[in-house]
Amino acid sequence: MSFESELSKGNFCIPECIKCQKTVWPPSEFCDKCNGKTSLKSGEFEGKIIEYSKQNKDYFCMVEFSNSIRLMARMNEVPKRNQIVKILKCGISKGNYFFQVI
Amino acid sequence: MSKVGIIAYGTIPFTTEDDKIESILHKSTNELFQKNPNIEKKDIDAVLVSTNNNSKYLSPVLSEMSGIQPKIAHSIESLCNSGTNSIVSAYSYISSGLADLVLVSGAERYDSPGQILEWDNSRGEFKHPVFWASIFSKSYKREFGISDEQLAVVSVKNHKQAKENPNAVSKKTYTVEDVMNSKILTDDLRLLNCSRPCTGSASILLASEEMTKKFAEVPVWISGIGQKTTSAGFTKNVSLSSMESTKLAGQHALKMANRSNSEIDVMEIHDAFSVCEPMALESLGFTKPGKGMNLIKNVHETDDFKINPRGGLIGTGHPLGATGISQTIEIVQQLQNSAANRQTDNASVGLIHNMSAASTSSTVLVLEK
Repeated sequence: MSFESELSKGNFCIPECIKCQKTVWPPSEFCDKCNGKTSLKSGEFEGKIIEYSKQNKDYFCMVEFSNSIRLMARMNEVPKRNQIVKILKCGISKGNYFFQVI
Repeated sequence: MSKVGIIAYGTIPFTTEDDKIESILHKSTNELFQKNPNIEKKDIDAVLVSTNNNSKYLSPVLSEMSGIQPKIAHSIESLCNSGTNSIVSAYSYISSGLADLVLVSGAERYDSPGQILEWDNSRGEFKHPVFWASIFSKSYKREFGISDEQLAVVSVKNHKQAKENPNAVSKKTYTVEDVMNSKILTDDLRLLNCSRPCTGSASILLASEEMTKKFAEVPVWISGIGQKTTSAGFTKNVSLSSMESTKLAGQHALKMANRSNSEIDVMEIHDAFSVCEPMALESLGFTKPGKGMNLIKNVHETDDFKINPRGGLIGTGHPLGATGISQTIEIVQQLQNSAANRQTDNASVGLIHNMSAASTSSTVLVLEK
């Protein structure tokens, strides 16, 4: 089970070091702190909107999860800074990750 | 550590032409040798090529095309700051004693694969640089109460200055209204807020102290180098309204040169997008946070060319692998009092700021005569 195989099934997981419990981002097989192996935590994680802008009718946001994972996600509604959001959709399309939050 | 100087340069006009990478590398190198017939190709110890182009073996190719048989020949790629990274490598070869003369040649085509960092999946589907630039712009404007009209002055100033640069891709001047009315890319970014990918090449020759004194009429020395990489991914930037890698690289470069900000007479700043210019000036310590636009507005209104005299990336164009070298050539010209209509008064110390991928990596050089 890898981050990408889960993501391609629409599951957003958080990679964590088995040895030191550090959240590892971007997803990797190994911890960037202690070099230990990582595993995936699954769940319905809450994120916080750090910043956002808009292109045409679509909002794009930088969202932070677990105080350390930051990613760019699409959002349909008008975002607010510090708004708490959840992953609505995610996956891999044409080789690119995509995330949508609500 | 022995001194390293810059003794020659060559550059070609930046265009949107569909030229081969090998051809444009050769053109700027040829220009360098034509302007400096006293330099013998047999004395060149190393040839470094700065590019993001996918063509292979470019340094040996350029060496063969130029009639050079160097001891050291390889390419250097680091997205937008490949050029100054190559200069730092050349400096290291010389100061270590491995080389006395190093040719650094940078080139890029308008369709460079270096414009998008495919690895950075944290950006999701928003991998194009306009998205990180929009987030930076939004964050900077919100934090410091800066308007789009104020930021537009960066583009107005740099296009005005580029008009005096015969190698710049832009030949037009614009008003704040023109910038505001240019194509809307996102809510926080218009087309004229952006630098333009283009085709271009620039070459520079670095030399040991002895060779610099032998060949240069007005020697220009590299007195300070600072580099810092904080991450590769855009979303790892802790601050979205300042540039941490630029701040640290600038501090290291000024410390090495034993100089303070107030002693810098002229500077090239990596204005990939309008917001980058005030952010970089603030992170380098030229103004307090949020006050960069005051300095930019002042130099623009007084026609003082001390910030981005060649027109910055916005006015000159941004052929990634050539940009840092072109910036360095501009500061050499300024210090040698040969920058024609772009010349600033009494320039004796200059600074170059060149960065990559949403300021995740920065290089700062200090030059002096």
